[in-house]
Amino acid sequence: MLNVGKIEEGFVLDHIKAGKSLSIYEHLGLDKLDCTVAIIKNARSEKMGKKDILKVECDINTLDLDVLAFIDHNITVNVIKAGEIVQKKELVLPQQIKNVIKCHNPRCITSIEQELPHIFVLADSAKEVYRCKYCEEKYRENAIF
Amino acid sequence: MRHLMNPLDFSVEELDRLFDLANEIEKNPAKYAHVCDGKILATCFYEPSTRTRLSFESAMTRLGGRVIGFADANSSSAAKGESVSDTIRVISCYADICAMRHPKEGAPMVASEKSRIPVINAGDGGHYHPTQTLTDLLTIRSLKGHLDGFTIGLCGDLKFGRTVHSLINALVRYPGTRFIFISPEELKVPDYITEMLREKNVPYEEVIRLENVMPQLDMLYMTRVQKERFFNEEDYVRLKDFYVLDTAKMELAREDMLVLHPLPRVNEISVEVDDDPRAAYFRQAQYGVYVRMALIMTLLGLAS
Ligand SMILES: [Zn+2]
Repeated sequence: MLNVGKIEEGFVLDHIKAGKSLSIYEHLGLDKLDCTVAIIKNARSEKMGKKDILKVECDINTLDLDVLAFIDHNITVNVIKAGEIVQKKELVLPQQIKNVIKCHNPRCITSIEQELPHIFVLADSAKEVYRCKYCEEKYRENAIF
Repeated sequence: MRHLMNPLDFSVEELDRLFDLANEIEKNPAKYAHVCDGKILATCFYEPSTRTRLSFESAMTRLGGRVIGFADANSSSAAKGESVSDTIRVISCYADICAMRHPKEGAPMVASEKSRIPVINAGDGGHYHPTQTLTDLLTIRSLKGHLDGFTIGLCGDLKFGRTVHSLINALVRYPGTRFIFISPEELKVPDYITEMLREKNVPYEEVIRLENVMPQLDMLYMTRVQKERFFNEEDYVRLKDFYVLDTAKMELAREDMLVLHPLPRVNEISVEVDDDPRAAYFRQAQYGVYVRMALIMTLLGLAS
């Protein structure tokens, strides 16, 4: 496998579904951070065939990982400190996500109200159903910003 | 501070207290004629709904309060493009409580997040209309004495009728409830409702003809079947009389059955039924005022 040097402090996000790494890069706001990021696409994986990996060198308190669980809770989060994996984080579905997905219901107040955040609330954790806080429309796949 | 967005915002116990107060007001209106002296209700109606607005205005006036507001979006700052968030911040300076109607779903909730005064959802598009549901429940409880153990027939447009969906969600909280859905195939109650009923083990039946089930019903909730909802004229002509309540159908019903309707009625209940003692829809409009009076008092903290 392609080797992209070790990181001192940060995260290694492993087992990302192949092709999803760029979208995660955006959702974590990595484009706005001044840190080293390695995006590895289509790495070979025994478990998944192909997968993406993201390596992010940053202070481990700067990233909000809630959105990761929403996108795919099968992603493995390795927390790195002093060059070692110090924790493997379990991803749990966030109760609420803000401005990650957009409500597409044309009858929803979010469609006209100025700068109203798009907030989705976890309505059913067993079925992983998120609903718009305002109109309760179910979130459907492909509605990511 | 408490708002009312969804009929389920109040627990069954809270609803009992609200309905007790409404019945108190019904029995002794003079005692409540000044409890809101000096208070102002703002009716912010971004789309016209004369009946609902007048019901709120009557409620506040009967409590001794005053009413300000607008009756449609064209006559308000919304026409100039003001957001709901800005409007409610301003209304919070003018009034003590607000009833908001808006064509967009969730608009009253946006208002409640920015408001310094209690906000009542007076209808948000096809989403919720909680004071209608409270009206329906108070009518049943007042005329029957309780809310549990009834077989309720819901007739007409069960697909698009939000009052029907709301009422179903409210009644499943009472034990022994059983539903009979009476509608043409095209206007059946949506799947998510029947799924919810199966999950909660609430018995229900779906039928096409009203006559067949009349004798079983404790309550019949009528709604309008609109011609535009049908795929073709033929079906409409064939089916429309199934969903018109007349004296012949009333003869099949039990003596203590109640007929409810959210009003306005068009022709789904023949006027000949109006004089039948079981016709409760005009009394329902009266209970709509009592329940709004009780609600305004409760949200203003004047109930105890
Ligand atoms: Zn929405």
